[in-house]
Amino acid sequence: MITLNVNGRSHEIADEPNTPLLYVLRDTLELNGAKFGCGLGQCGSCTVVVDGKSVFSCLTPISILQGRKITTLEGLGSEDAPSPLQRAFIEEQAAQCGYCIPGMIMRAHALLTANRTPTDAQIREHMNPNLCRCGTHMRVLAAIKRAARGMQAADASAPRQEVRP
Amino acid sequence: MLRLVLSIIFIAILAAAALFYATHLTIPEERTQRSFAPDIVKRGGELAALGYCASCHTAENGKPFAGGRPLATPFGTIYGTNITPDPETGIGAWTRAAFNRAMRDGVDRAGRDLYPAFPYDHFTKLTDEDLGALYAFLMTREAVRAQNPRNELAFPYNLRLLLAGWKLLYLDKAPVPIDPTKSAEWNRGAYLVEALSHCGACHTPRDRFGAEIASKRLDGGEAEGWWAPPLNRTSPSPVPWSEESLFNYLRSWDSGHGGAVGPMAPVVAALAAVPEQDVRAIAAYIASTLAKPSESEKRVEDNQTPAIQANSQGAQLYAGVCAACHETGGYVPFTVASLGQHTSIHGPDPRNVIHVIIHGIQPPEGTVGAIMPAFADTLNDAQIAEIVSYLRARFSSGPQWSNIADEVGRVRRRETSP
Repeated sequence: MITLNVNGRSHEIADEPNTPLLYVLRDTLELNGAKFGCGLGQCGSCTVVVDGKSVFSCLTPISILQGRKITTLEGLGSEDAPSPLQRAFIEEQAAQCGYCIPGMIMRAHALLTANRTPTDAQIREHMNPNLCRCGTHMRVLAAIKRAARGMQAADASAPRQEVRP
Repeated sequence: MLRLVLSIIFIAILAAAALFYATHLTIPEERTQRSFAPDIVKRGGELAALGYCASCHTAENGKPFAGGRPLATPFGTIYGTNITPDPETGIGAWTRAAFNRAMRDGVDRAGRDLYPAFPYDHFTKLTDEDLGALYAFLMTREAVRAQNPRNELAFPYNLRLLLAGWKLLYLDKAPVPIDPTKSAEWNRGAYLVEALSHCGACHTPRDRFGAEIASKRLDGGEAEGWWAPPLNRTSPSPVPWSEESLFNYLRSWDSGHGGAVGPMAPVVAALAAVPEQDVRAIAAYIASTLAKPSESEKRVEDNQTPAIQANSQGAQLYAGVCAACHETGGYVPFTVASLGQHTSIHGPDPRNVIHVIIHGIQPPEGTVGAIMPAFADTLNDAQIAEIVSYLRARFSSGPQWSNIADEVGRVRRRETSP
């Protein structure tokens, strides 16, 4: 048994140790935010955050995740109460088919958690591994910048407030 | 007593000789020629690509040829200089004579000796005609005002006077010999490899004074923390190199050996834009230095069962992390059928394999090529070490690498991205 900490909750997982995290999230825990795109770590639609860093969950076996903090799209917010980053994606209408967006949001989440004031170049470099076949990259960039501005404003009015994990 | 006096005199004579040799006149600034025949400029551009000038003289995300790229050496950090035609910070005031002296003698316009990180020990063998074309190309680039950063060299390496002695010992200005028994293509390849493309700068081991060891030519060396494999019969590659596979590799990707990564990637990116016959000439010459006439063909090994027995943890990690792409028999684009085909698996140390796992592979922007995710944030040092040791045990008949964990730490600490 492997214990996985997902979005602040512990789960005992009986799957094979080299099962990709993506399969466990979707099939065992029924958290369907992370998507299966290529299964080769080349598209980014399966991106989740592990210990603050964005990783491809399709290439991350659960054997290496004991004791590490996993955050998925479901850990950010809900349809009724979206996180500031999710809200920015909605406001910028940063989706066409939407399949890549959970991965985009999670990779952006890792960036904004570490750096509230990323430059355009930093955003582009950080988001480089995630692809959108519909071509919404410009809106994705706009959404990340909008979220960063919102977070900076929130920081200014309440400097000690913690970001959601 | 007499011996002491004699040695002092001897040293004094040597010092005087060095001083004399190290004294170079400043070549005065002049209004330089800025207009050349278009075909000469075009040829110069191809030669600049074949010499990979931009790899050292362009900073990351910097303006072309404006310098500022750090080059880590065992003696400290040296910065690629501004070689755009800006008169004050670049080479805009350099006459043809000043340019030729830098390329041939390693002396800048002001008369200062240049460090051999600038491979004038190779460029000294360039023909007048090629130097002229390179000059025409550089003098017609956009002039960029960019001050060269100061080199960060420890004492005594910051004393340029010592370079005069280095040149006395090591600078061989003889032209690349022509072998009349070989084809014109082979001789062209020899000239490119030895002079312009300076392959030995990375692929020949250096002595403690930073000079290429002549008796170990193309025996394999170092490049920016990577192992540069041998380009002669000491190559451990289990897949024989042919002219065709070398051409494929140098141009883009070869299904037998894979593609260029690390410091070799910009070389291949530059060669994509030069005339095909020049790349074929390099391939023909290197194929002849690599030739293994008496040795029977080696085979690609796959010792899967003993490797799993020896390192079940590494095997498990490989199955979960690597196998989705690398266990498909080459089905995934830009993967070779077996990881054992990569020369680096058979090298003397694990650095190249570790670099690739930690940093991944990204094709240069706007190009099609191999892509591999970086695993720096997924795997910890111990897990990377397990995978590397499993790969070595499974795919190479060489002895297990002894220093894997240390090397993983070193490669990771050199990481510059946030």
